[in-house]
Amino acid sequence: MASGEEDGAVDEKENNNKKKTKSAIVTAWLTFYNIAMTAGWLVLAMAMARFYIQKGTHKGLYRSIARTIKFFQTFALVEVGHCAIGIVRTSVIVTGVQVCSRIFLVWFITNSIRQIQNEESVILFLVVWTLTEITRYSYYTFKLLHHLPYFVKWARYNLFIILYPLGVIGELLTIYAALPVVRRTGMFSMRLPNKYNVSFDYYYCLIIVMLSYIPLFPQLYFHMLRQRRRVLHGEVIVEKDD
Amino acid sequence: MKHVEILDAKTKDKLCFLDKVEPNATIGEIKSMFHKSHPQFYPARQSIRLDPKGKSLKDEDVLQHLPVGTTATFYFRDLGAQISWVTVFLTEYTGPLVIYLLFYFRVPFIYAPKYDFTTSKHWVVHLACMCHSFHYVKRLLETLFVHRFSHGTMPLRNIFKNCSYYWGFAAWMAYYINHPLYTPPSEFTNIQFILVTLEFFNFCQIGNLSIHIALRNLRPPGSKTRKIPYPTKNPFTWIFVLVSCPNYTYELGSWLGFTLMTQCLPVAFFTLVGFIQMTVWAKGKHRSYLKEFRDYPPLRSPILPFVL
Repeated sequence: MASGEEDGAVDEKENNNKKKTKSAIVTAWLTFYNIAMTAGWLVLAMAMARFYIQKGTHKGLYRSIARTIKFFQTFALVEVGHCAIGIVRTSVIVTGVQVCSRIFLVWFITNSIRQIQNEESVILFLVVWTLTEITRYSYYTFKLLHHLPYFVKWARYNLFIILYPLGVIGELLTIYAALPVVRRTGMFSMRLPNKYNVSFDYYYCLIIVMLSYIPLFPQLYFHMLRQRRRVLHGEVIVEKDD
Repeated sequence: MKHVEILDAKTKDKLCFLDKVEPNATIGEIKSMFHKSHPQFYPARQSIRLDPKGKSLKDEDVLQHLPVGTTATFYFRDLGAQISWVTVFLTEYTGPLVIYLLFYFRVPFIYAPKYDFTTSKHWVVHLACMCHSFHYVKRLLETLFVHRFSHGTMPLRNIFKNCSYYWGFAAWMAYYINHPLYTPPSEFTNIQFILVTLEFFNFCQIGNLSIHIALRNLRPPGSKTRKIPYPTKNPFTWIFVLVSCPNYTYELGSWLGFTLMTQCLPVAFFTLVGFIQMTVWAKGKHRSYLKEFRDYPPLRSPILPFVL
């Protein structure tokens, strides 16, 4: 009987050890991921600054960093996976919407439509994204290392108040600038008649995307504001029950 | 005699105190009594539970069989405005019926004005209209005369969600099938092919109806009993040997037939989305069958024989 109790205790200890190893691996991966992303966006920031200083213009800037931003922004899809498997406690939907909107802008607008790559609005959202991502990823990194300087926390939960709307303006102006090109070239579109009996007009699709910012942006913005109140002022917010 | 107090599940405020309640009173009767003192909470929108975060008690549960003392404490949660299943079904099925016909008859403001009130020159388009309309008329009649619902109501916001889905997809499909520039199945997939898809569609419609009738016959009128469905004399029900929810299997078959008949990508998309939703429902139903009946036939799959 005594040995039976011991076995039970040993089993529990083994289980606890397994859990600890798992969580150590998870922490190690997340720390590595966030350090890598911070570094990536810092590299982007420096490349952009160097280009502007050397060339004195923003024309050609996007092309010079195109590959880097495609890589790092696409890699962020991994974060949706983090939420899905539960190692990061954020809603899959919120993260999914944010990452998808970024990917849409990089791959389906800026990368595909050369004529708008030198627009000022592109520079606007690139700068906003860079500042936001450096702050965000370094915040996560410091948090994982249990060594969070207050100014990083402050930056993470205050800069967005201005950066978020500025980013939205940059993105919307870019899509708006792309509309005439899309209409003229009929890119990504499919007309009747065809054997699939379907049609798709990228031009109207983009208009719908622009309109969707109206309901979506306030929701994301107020989500961040609620987070800010909770983290900076410790307010307890009662969420609506489902 | 027992006493019943009802507290708000969130705020724990005392909402109602009922003294001298018969021990053999049901939750349903207690809900009616609570409704008298709170007229805005009709019984369908009350969720009564033993624990604030626990499961809702059923209307049939009897007071003295519950783990409560002389004074029973229940927690109340408002389920929100409710609407009856029959109303929802009738609304969500009438929409596609009417909407498809608007496109079929090429009512003005949909296609270019020169096509107003014209008819398609392709006979498969007329066939598709008949199939689609028949399908939704069948669903309406089943709602009125065949189905026996376990729950009387659902949350009101569901009607907006469900109608958007059915009406939206119906409009999207109907737009292309009835379009003046519609391309019917090509020379390869000729008349024989279209007739085969039609036969398959009809086969699955009869199958689906057979299953609905078999399920209805499991349950006496006005009751909410649950029994294991078995194959009957009707050959269309023999699929019960292999599948728990053959109504969904036949429904998938019908829409596959319709997709092949019309060769229209939006229809394929609708079939796919419906299939995903029905698979989720079938798996849930299959799991509750397994939980409730220990002698549940092991050979059955939720929706596709052996596969899913």
